[in-house]
Amino acid sequence: MTPADPRSKVVDMDAEHQPELQPREAAAPEAPADAPVGGLRQPIVPAASTAGGQAPGETPATAPAVQVQDLRAYYGDSLQLKGIDLEFRANEVTAIIGPSGCGKSTLIRCINRMHEEIPGAHAEGRVLLGGADVYDPSVDVVAVRRAIGMVFQKPNPFPTMSVFDNVAAGLRLSARRRDNLDEKVEEALRGAGLWGEVSDRLGQPGIGLSGGQQQRLCIARSLAVNPQVILMDEPCSALDPIATLKIEELIDELKARVTIVIVTHNMQQAARVADRTAFMLSGELVEVGPTETIFTQPSDPRTEEYVTGKFG
Amino acid sequence: MAATIVALIPLFLILYYLVHKGLGAWKPTFFTTDPTGNTFFGGAHIGGIKSAILGTIEMVALAAAISIPIGIGVAVWLVEYGRDSWFANTVRFFTDVMTGVPSIVFGLFVYIVLIVGTGSTYAGYKGSIALALLMLPIVTRAGEVVLLLVPNSLRESALALGAPRWRVIGSVVLPTALPGLLTGMLLAVARAAGETAPLLFTAAAANATSLNLGDFMNSLPVQIYNDITKPTTAVVERAWGAALTLVLMILILNMAARLLARRNRLA
Repeated sequence: MTPADPRSKVVDMDAEHQPELQPREAAAPEAPADAPVGGLRQPIVPAASTAGGQAPGETPATAPAVQVQDLRAYYGDSLQLKGIDLEFRANEVTAIIGPSGCGKSTLIRCINRMHEEIPGAHAEGRVLLGGADVYDPSVDVVAVRRAIGMVFQKPNPFPTMSVFDNVAAGLRLSARRRDNLDEKVEEALRGAGLWGEVSDRLGQPGIGLSGGQQQRLCIARSLAVNPQVILMDEPCSALDPIATLKIEELIDELKARVTIVIVTHNMQQAARVADRTAFMLSGELVEVGPTETIFTQPSDPRTEEYVTGKFG
Repeated sequence: MAATIVALIPLFLILYYLVHKGLGAWKPTFFTTDPTGNTFFGGAHIGGIKSAILGTIEMVALAAAISIPIGIGVAVWLVEYGRDSWFANTVRFFTDVMTGVPSIVFGLFVYIVLIVGTGSTYAGYKGSIALALLMLPIVTRAGEVVLLLVPNSLRESALALGAPRWRVIGSVVLPTALPGLLTGMLLAVARAAGETAPLLFTAAAANATSLNLGDFMNSLPVQIYNDITKPTTAVVERAWGAALTLVLMILILNMAARLLARRNRLA
């Protein structure tokens, strides 16, 4: 691997547009910890190269914050998110709560530009990842998604792939960085707390695992591409309480290396895992603050009604 | 119940006659010799159906090689890119229209364009083209249905990993849909193998086995069609034997398709 190797097309493109954000050494794999926080410039050597195998002496790299500015999301002509301003702080877990249909999922899908995959849907506004707007025309959507991983509601390992291939999928699908695949897969599986359970059956189908293991496999799959942010869309809603507990513990460990945004219907879960909580209603952000404040002394009466169970 | 039995009677009669009359014609040389064309005196001189079996296999294989890549390609485009656009819906409409076109029309089309139009004569590959036209809508429609069964969540999680769309299709969507796609392909092949009309005036009939798709080429359905009208008992018997052979070939294809369908992870 040459030092110039990780400088992908995207890196160069961003370097042109935002030279001040893109010191050349930032992309050098030898010094990932020196890389400026976040950004889309080098989604392949991000903060999270610390995944389990951090060299001694390196300081733990931090993940970037995500700033959502005046974000409006549409399905066809109907406005679903009515101008959201919200910051997801670096290396924290932010929970988004709110009744069904309030736009929680739409919001996080806008962060990694998955919203636009829905036919007829589009978004306006800015989403800044470490200072770079993911909606900037010069930004490659593929780079955005590599930097911002996503875990879905239902565990969905690729049914044709083994445990190993599922984790390796992200690395293979992007057609670069195929070296050290074994190591990276092990690292990701350890990161997801699954290595001990599956190390002897890496060749078996991913869908043969239990539901909770499948979801952790999906987390490992997104960890393998070394994202800086992980979005979780009700990751435990299809799981039993024990599997849920494991995922929650995992979230707590992961926030050391990534910024986490979790959408949840379960307010206890938000209270357990989140540093900060945002409450949404009808496509608007009602309130955001430290989780404890939101649940005990919310400033908005609607938040209070929701968290005390009066509606929703 | 009564209706079911009434419906089953012709089916069993057909199978009974097919086996009863067809097995009589089956002799070792039946499959290893070409028809001689000497149909008047009957007896052992008439030959077997080797050229018809090989001709059917060759022409259907070429037809599959033409129609399957195009059909799957169209299906992928419809599901992954075209979606609900007016052009995609137009393509769907015409695919449906093509499904309903009588098979002889495909033969006629190829006859007019490739034989009359070019002033040339019959050839195996022209038969293949007619069969491919027949198979194309079947492959496309079956492919579309199967691809639609692939859960969207799989596409989304692959996209969310930062995979470009074409890699998502190649590495996730198509492998997941593969058993179903193979089922659709086999059913289309089975359908084409049994068609007479597209071949009658495109590949015509021949006696000798040919491995050159530019020659006149024999096929099982056309062989049956020709033989059954002959006055010689032995030749009519050969038609039955050929019919039984054809039905068994198609049965095997259909069973393979069903086995694959059972392995389908989506259904």
